[in-house]
Formats: sequence, C-alpha cells, structure tokens
Amino acid sequence: MTNQTASDLSLSRVFGMMLKRDLLLAYRRRNDLVSPLVFFLMVATLFPLGVSPEPKFLSEVAAGVVWVAALLSTLLSMDSLFRSDFDDGSLEQMLLSPQPLALLVVAKVCAHWMISGLPLTIMSPLLAVMLFLPSEGMSALILTLLIGTPTLSLIGAIGAGLTVGLRKGGVLITLLVLPLYIPVLIFGTGAVQAATGGLPIAGYLAILGAILALGVVLAPLAIAAALRISVSS
Amino acid sequence: MSTPLLEVIDLFCERDERVLFEDLNFSIHPGEVLQVEGPNGSGKTTLLRILSGLSRAYEGQLRWKGQSIDDGRDDFLESLLYFGHLPGVKATLTPEENLRWYAALHPQTDSFSERIFDALEKVGLCGYEDVPCHSLSAGQNRRVSLARLYLSHAPLWILDEPFTAIDKRGVAAKEALIEAHADKGGSVILTTHHELLIKNLRQVSLGTNSPLPEGTSGAIE
Repeated sequence: MTNQTASDLSLSRVFGMMLKRDLLLAYRRRNDLVSPLVFFLMVATLFPLGVSPEPKFLSEVAAGVVWVAALLSTLLSMDSLFRSDFDDGSLEQMLLSPQPLALLVVAKVCAHWMISGLPLTIMSPLLAVMLFLPSEGMSALILTLLIGTPTLSLIGAIGAGLTVGLRKGGVLITLLVLPLYIPVLIFGTGAVQAATGGLPIAGYLAILGAILALGVVLAPLAIAAALRISVSS
Repeated sequence: MSTPLLEVIDLFCERDERVLFEDLNFSIHPGEVLQVEGPNGSGKTTLLRILSGLSRAYEGQLRWKGQSIDDGRDDFLESLLYFGHLPGVKATLTPEENLRWYAALHPQTDSFSERIFDALEKVGLCGYEDVPCHSLSAGQNRRVSLARLYLSHAPLWILDEPFTAIDKRGVAAKEALIEAHADKGGSVILTTHHELLIKNLRQVSLGTNSPLPEGTSGAIE
C-alpha cells in the first residue's frame, strides 16, 4: 500500500518535471512560440481581404475560418515536438528511462498544448470578433477549441513520433495526421454553427469530449510505440 | 561461476544487406570492463544500441541476469546507464538543469544539489552551473553528459566513445572512474579508440576484415 502511494507520487513528480522542463525550454525560445500564433492571426486577417469583407458573408464562415486556422497552426508546430529531443539524444535517454514512456510523452504533449492550443483558444474570441461571428456562437467556439485543440495535439504527436527519424518529416506529418483531424474539425465547426442557429450543442461537445477521452487513453501508447520505432531504425 | 549480468548469445545483425556480426557470443560479469573493438563502420555503435535495447534490428538472444531481456526489462532499465554518440544535453538548459532532468528520469541517479555540483566540479565545470549549454564548447557539453557517471548508481554502464572531445586529463579521470566502478562490482561495456590502461580489461573484436574461426568468433579473452 505504502509502496503503491510512493510510486504514484514519483510518477506525478516525473510528469511534473517533464512538463516543467518543456515549458522552460519553450520559454527560453520564445521566438518559436510566436510563429504559430502569428500564423493564426494572419489567416484571420487576410481571409476577409482575399474573399470578401462583407459582414454577412464573414459571419457565416467565421467558425470555419477560425477552426481551420487553429488546426493548421497546430499542425505547423507539430513537427518540432520531438525533433530537438531526437537530435540531441534526450529522446534516447527518455526511451531508456525506467519511467513509463507514455507518461513522459503525455507530459510533452501537455506542454505543447499549453504553448500552442491554449493560446490559440484564448486568442480565438478576438479573431471571431474580427470575422463578425454572431455572439451566440462565441462561447461554443471557445468551448470546442478548448476540447478540440488537445485532441489535435495528441493526434499530431503520433505523426510527429513516426516522422521524427526522417530528415524531412514535415509534409509526411500533414498527410498522416490531416485525415484524423477531419472529425474534430467537422464537430467543432458544426457545434459553432448550431449555436449560432440557436440549437443545442451538447451533442457536439459530447462527441468532441469522447474523441478527446479516447485520445488521452490511446494516443500516448501509440506515440510511445512510434518513438520506439523511429529511434530503433 | 555466478550468473553473468548480461549475456549475448548467437547475436546476428545485418545492415544495408551487409552482415555486421554473426554468431557473436560473450557475457559480462559484475566487476568486468569490456571494450568493444573494431574499425570504423564495424558495428560497434550498433552493438551498443542493441545491448541497451534502443535497437531491435537483431537476431539472437540477450539475457539479463539469466532471464530474457524482455522479461527483465524494468530491472534492466533501472540498472543501465547509457552514454551514446549524442550527449543528451539540451542546449537551452544549464548543466545543472540537464542533470536534474536526467536524475528525475533515472531514479538510480543522485539528484541532491550538492551531489550535482560536486559531479560538475569533478568534470571541470565548476562555475558553469548556470551557463546555458549552448554557450559551452563541444567538449564541455560531453563533460556535462559524463557528469552522469559520477551521479549514477546503475551497475551496468554502456559507453559509446566516452572520450571523444575530452582532453587528456579528463580521459585519465574517466579511466580511473571506470576502474573504480568495476572495483565496486559494476560492469562497463565501452567503445573507444584510446589505449585503455585499465586492469581486468576484456576485449571483443568486431570487424569484417578478420573473419574468425567457426565457433570461436566474437569473444576473445
């Protein structure tokens, strides 16, 4: 019993240590943090210029634009998730640690979400206002992004794990991961459109939540296996 | 004789349709230092990666304390310190932060501040504790990684070219450290092109140019 508690404690300590390290690394390389956010902002700024600045038209597509921009900017930052650890040998040490690799990986993905998905979610109301999203859809947009972006990070990390051993994995990640992103995108934008139309969104949120739950349970195992394959070859 | 710590039975590995080694047999007991020898490209690093469990591109058996290495995986990982070609040092972290992270991942490593500072002092990085590793030289980065040897209680060390980019005095200190580890009952498997002055040194030769007689290949006392 005491042993069990001790090992639980040490697991949460390892998780915390890993999370803190990745956040610290991100903080020391702040410039890299900004680029996905700038990309996110640029899409939303350029879209009305390129298509139509008409508020009526924009309010219809706002949810889709914000979601697609969030999805692509997550994808953009995904390639670097394991890259530097692979290049400097930290990944080897993680693989050879007696601590469960899936746990270390979850900590990394969690840190990645906190520096990509979370800021995107926080920024999304600003973009939504710029694109004239009706106010009824605002809370739905924030909620779906809050539930959806961790899923995007988890799924993307599987692709990142598989391609980390390749010199040019960037495009391959997109091909591997994008099909898996589509359900999240459909239910995310669907929820916002339903909310704008005055319909209940609980069903959409439940499905997004179910996908996230499935992702949290299964993705770490897949990511860990993918990393083992990448390092062993 | 006691059960060997690590036992290699009929190991076969091929890479890019070239046989790196076959019928490789050797074992390592507590207190032994084993040097893997061979020219460049003979598969020394590949062998060490296989032994550490990073690579699975092999046929044959690895036994850890008498049982299959897959069954004893947890115990094996807790007993292993692996020092690879890549130092495993994060450029944006300081030496102290790097070691602390390593210690969190590998519970058989000391993580007390005094011990970490002590280890950094021993590898000649006193005063560099708070300097980000990207402003240290290549050799100093290797030293940060080597400081793990002073902190670790793992019985089995697998060291791949530990002396690369290390100056003469550093090499002598590491040799003494390896010897002390063996005296305490630890085992070391290493590759290096340095002439080692360690007593009880055993060698395993790899090399495509010198085919050995059937049955005796690999282990040479």
